[in-house]
Amino acid sequence: MQDLASAFATALALIAAGDRSVAQIVLLSLRVSLTALMVAALVGLPLGALLAVTRFPGRRVIVVVLNALMGLPPVVAGLLIYLLLSRSGPLGPLGLLFTPTAMVIAQAVLITPILAALTRQVLEGLWDEYAEQLRSFGASAARAVPTLLWDGRFALLTVLLAGFGRASAEVGAVMIVGGNIEGFTRVMTTAIALETSKGDLPLALALGMILMLIVVAVNVLAQGLRDAAGRWTG
Amino acid sequence: MRAPDTILPLRTDGLGFTAGGVPILADVDLTIEAGAPTLVIGPNGAGKSVLLRLLHGLLAPSAGCVAWDGPAPNPERRQAMVFQRPVLLRRSVLANTLYPLRLARIAGDESEMRARAALSLVGLAALADRPARRLSGGEQQRLALARAAALGPEILFLDEPCASLDPAATRAVEEIVATLAGRGTKIVMTTHDLGQVRRLAGDVVFLHRGRVREHTPAAQFFAAPASAEATSFLRGELLW
Ligand SMILES: Nc1ncnc2c1ncn2[C@@H]1O[C@H](COP(=O)(O)OP(=O)(O)OP(=O)(O)O)[C@@H](O)[C@H]1O
Ligand SMILES: [Mg+2]
Repeated sequence: MQDLASAFATALALIAAGDRSVAQIVLLSLRVSLTALMVAALVGLPLGALLAVTRFPGRRVIVVVLNALMGLPPVVAGLLIYLLLSRSGPLGPLGLLFTPTAMVIAQAVLITPILAALTRQVLEGLWDEYAEQLRSFGASAARAVPTLLWDGRFALLTVLLAGFGRASAEVGAVMIVGGNIEGFTRVMTTAIALETSKGDLPLALALGMILMLIVVAVNVLAQGLRDAAGRWTG
Repeated sequence: MRAPDTILPLRTDGLGFTAGGVPILADVDLTIEAGAPTLVIGPNGAGKSVLLRLLHGLLAPSAGCVAWDGPAPNPERRQAMVFQRPVLLRRSVLANTLYPLRLARIAGDESEMRARAALSLVGLAALADRPARRLSGGEQQRLALARAAALGPEILFLDEPCASLDPAATRAVEEIVATLAGRGTKIVMTTHDLGQVRRLAGDVVFLHRGRVREHTPAAQFFAAPASAEATSFLRGELLW
């Protein structure tokens, strides 16, 4: 008990002092997850919107596969990216393994299906409502995609936050493809896992608290956005 | 006056619509000419909304066809429709009005001018920056009308545009409809308000149970309805 209390105290002191290695880890985590989110959004949002507005043979299969991929275990995603990027893999010559870029790729692969599947769900309801009116205006399905993405913007922000939450909280994928190299590819989750196993509880706790803080902040933001959405959706 | 370049008359030939084996409309032979508004009336469920959707091209006929007999090309781009339940985008009032104009590739300045003029026409100019979905039901209906009118269509389908309007707003919409008709826009409109039919109609299409029972000039329809159903409908006795 004594140990735990002093570990907490040390952790708080680390945060308060703005410890450099802590700051570095936090910033890298944010950079990796936000970049992954951006990449995944560029692919996942239009893909989800397209699935919401089109009807073609095989669409159901894609939807089912996407929904299944939402539950893709991070370690499996990490393993696949590892195989692609490893020296003997097809993308080995790029030399990306154990770099932050590899971590971005892994997290993007992990959350793209989540963004696409959630986007489809959110926009399908909107499309039910809009389809006839947009057809009356002469809008093609391709033209309807940006319309739905814009009109669903508040709901989609919550989708993005879900993706960000998933990316920043996972350990397995970044551990495998990043290698948890101190000062280079060490992020909050991998650092927490390592420090805990080494018994350095203060650092693990400090990072854990910051991670929690980020998660809470993200959710507060999500709530605020939902409230703002109410003004427009009526 | 409208140039000879026109998509009218609109003609249907044996037009029918079946949903899940249930006939909704059958044997509709209509010719809709340019000129004063055509009012489509009939009891609830008669098939008025379905008929307008078929004419506008939103539903594919199960039988027969819809033909635009005028010489002008691209009839689908020269028509607009206001639905019985208006669908407003989650944007401002002005952005809603601009949306179809941008879609029709009308230049920025021109579309802004047209949108604001249309909003003034329906008395919503002051609400241009409000979220459209926060408008009252009647205001939403007027916005939907402005949005369609801004397109400057040659033919405008209006499905019960006055359904949730107060008497003053109903009069206002009737005036707008008369103004548009005066400018040469062909109006095809449904209503349950017989007074409105008297005030606006050039000709009347009376639908009952998915069939056109009458298509006659308005004066004749009120003076001497040809069918027994129309007679009892006018007396307020015809149920579905
Ligand atoms: N897509 C559809 N599938 C199945 N049935 C339909 C469909 N659309 C309309 N109907 C049915 O067709 C009939 C005519 O509907 P419609 O909406 O045209 O009536 P209406 O004359 O406009 O009535 P109201 O005055 O109540 O608006 C109704 O019985 C309705 O339930
Ligand atoms: Mg109707």
